Amino acid sequence: MANPSIERRGAEEKLHLANNSYHLRFRSDAKLGWAYVPDDAQMTGGDAITVSLSRFQEALTRNDITHLGVRILPGEDVRLLQPYLARISLVELAFPTFRDGRNYSSARILREQLSYTGEIRAIGQVLADQLFFMVRCGIDALDLDPSVTHAAADAALSRFKYVYQAAGDARRPVWDARLSS
Amino acid sequence: MYKYDDFDHAIVNARVDEFRDQVARRVAGELSEDAFKPLRLMNGLYLQLHAYMLRVAIPYGTLSADQLRMLAHIARSYDKNYAHFTTRQNIQYNWIKLAEAPDLLADLARVEMQAIQTSGNCIRNITTDQFAGATAEEVADPRPYAELLRQYSTFHPEFSFLPRKFKIALTAAPHDRAAIKLHDIGLELYKNATGDIGWRVFVGGGMGRTPIIGKVLREFLPQAYFLGYIEAIMRVYNRYGRRDNIYKARIKILVHELGLEEFHRQVDAEWADIQKTFAEPPAVELERISAFFVNPTFETIATPVAIYDDARKTNPAFDHWVERNVCAHKQQGYSIVTISLKAVGEIPGDASADQMDTIAALADQYSFSDVRVTHEQNLVLPHVRQIDLFALWEKLKDIGLASDNVGLASDIIACPGMDYCSLANARSIPIAQDIAKRLAPIERSTGELKIKISGCINACGHHHAGHIGILGVDKKGEENYQLSLGGSAAEDTTLSTILGPGFDADGVVNAVEKIVACFNTIKRDNERFLDTYRRVGTAPFKEAVYG
Ligand code: SF4
Repeated sequence: MANPSIERRGAEEKLHLANNSYHLRFRSDAKLGWAYVPDDAQMTGGDAITVSLSRFQEALTRNDITHLGVRILPGEDVRLLQPYLARISLVELAFPTFRDGRNYSSARILREQLSYTGEIRAIGQVLADQLFFMVRCGIDALDLDPSVTHAAADAALSRFKYVYQAAGDARRPVWDARLSS
Repeated sequence: MYKYDDFDHAIVNARVDEFRDQVARRVAGELSEDAFKPLRLMNGLYLQLHAYMLRVAIPYGTLSADQLRMLAHIARSYDKNYAHFTTRQNIQYNWIKLAEAPDLLADLARVEMQAIQTSGNCIRNITTDQFAGATAEEVADPRPYAELLRQYSTFHPEFSFLPRKFKIALTAAPHDRAAIKLHDIGLELYKNATGDIGWRVFVGGGMGRTPIIGKVLREFLPQAYFLGYIEAIMRVYNRYGRRDNIYKARIKILVHELGLEEFHRQVDAEWADIQKTFAEPPAVELERISAFFVNPTFETIATPVAIYDDARKTNPAFDHWVERNVCAHKQQGYSIVTISLKAVGEIPGDASADQMDTIAALADQYSFSDVRVTHEQNLVLPHVRQIDLFALWEKLKDIGLASDNVGLASDIIACPGMDYCSLANARSIPIAQDIAKRLAPIERSTGELKIKISGCINACGHHHAGHIGILGVDKKGEENYQLSLGGSAAEDTTLSTILGPGFDADGVVNAVEKIVACFNTIKRDNERFLDTYRRVGTAPFKEAVYG
């Protein structure tokens, strides 16, 4: 039987975050030290700055931001980013509660329809049982909820060898694998 | 029927392992009930009034005899010797011990069954016509498409955290036995004027607190775009369905609030984008799946079958059963048999382990090992030679499953209600039992009458679609029952209308009896209750009940 490999974008990197949780990243480019500028704070320049969608236009006009990231809340339309994708190095997709699945669609739209190749990071309530779905939708960096141990994350991500449908990652669906089995 | 290959087995087994691990962590106290709840719900395990309830998926209501034997084994080994078939063609076990649930799922996996996505805000079990592959009415067998959809929706990474649960039903016959217009998406396969086969797509149907009949979203969807179009609908719903209010979160509310035209526009825009990258499974995959659903090797049988006809003439009880429970088959000399799980006095939809074993044996002997589950909570043997019908009937009688009441007053749909369900406002089962007892003596002369009972507004008992619908409500701490008339879940789908003030448990049984008595005095010829109601409206029935 053919064995469709579990392909990930680049090598896995794990980092211990300050709040005792983990960050997993499946990219080969270097991780930058991102700083998020809250909506009520003074906009600053810097090497890697993330802003909300509402301050994104403002950030675009600045020439003192080297790498620009944008944070997308559930319900915000990632298609608005289309004209600027070349300028964006990080899209943070927020999952304030794991039950809110809107940003799974955002990830797939970014990857499959807008052909965005930069980093997509999940933040918020990023629980063990969501990780697999997130990665499948094209999210390639995960700020894990503090409850998720590295072992649990690993188990969740490697549990399913086969998948039934094509999505935002590089996995082949089983109907495709069947053709060559 | 469909057989798992190594890929399917690997996916389901991985899920069983995962759940075993989760249960172990819960039992060891590493996981709190709060953290465990969404995990167990993903595996169809609910905490009900008295115990854990496990809902097992029966994909598109099709079972092999071996699978049915396994369901019987599970009823014996893990439960109290019985189980409950649901209105979504699933089966529920009511008395499950948490620590045993992983073994139960492993047993199921051995016969290619599972409990994946039988709860949670995801795409639920795909349902279809229980006569699929046996009726001459259909343009094609809908089950290969249902299997495509099952695979597509299983662990769908984008659509596992939808605003609310999502139900898809399909049929390929003009006579709708799958209630497709009362589903989030309903799909009807038909042949258009130019002879092409494709889907009429309904969207936004559903029952519950706000019952709505599905609307036609697309008059003709060529088969080649099947999954891509579903994906477009799902994505619009996932992104824009309401998440602020659980009662307004189903797709029907989104369609209603946007208007069909705007919803249609959004789906088309999404679909145009999706088509650029979406790969439909190739024709060979549909062929691979379809090969599992080819006709069994039917014999060539000359009709009429004299022995069968003679038995009907000489044995009125057998004849009555044939009249109600046996339907035309596409193959000459064969019939479709519905086994009623509605024996008067029993719990609608329940079957004992012994009954399941016997039905499995009968399926082996008479129906190519094929068994179906209906949304009306009965079972079907889809391919029985007419020459065998009499013997089958006699064997069914031996196990108390020869009730000749399909489509009649005692063939009641009832949800588990207050006897099991933690959401219930009132009991459903005893009401069904009392009505069945009361009406059974006159049900044959009354003719087709679909009574449907729900124990709360969630409408699992399809009361909105009952010719007579009964809804249990809580009235200042007392069980109270609302009566409504005129619903239908068939191709002529309608929603029932509330008749008037509610009743207590005895009162509602009396009221139903009065309604039926009234009907029997005003019906014309062989008019069905539903048609009489549509002709005369509520007035005579109101008068009979409240006058
Ligand atoms: S209708 Fe209500 S009481 Fe009946 S099974 Fe559904 S949720 Fe439970």
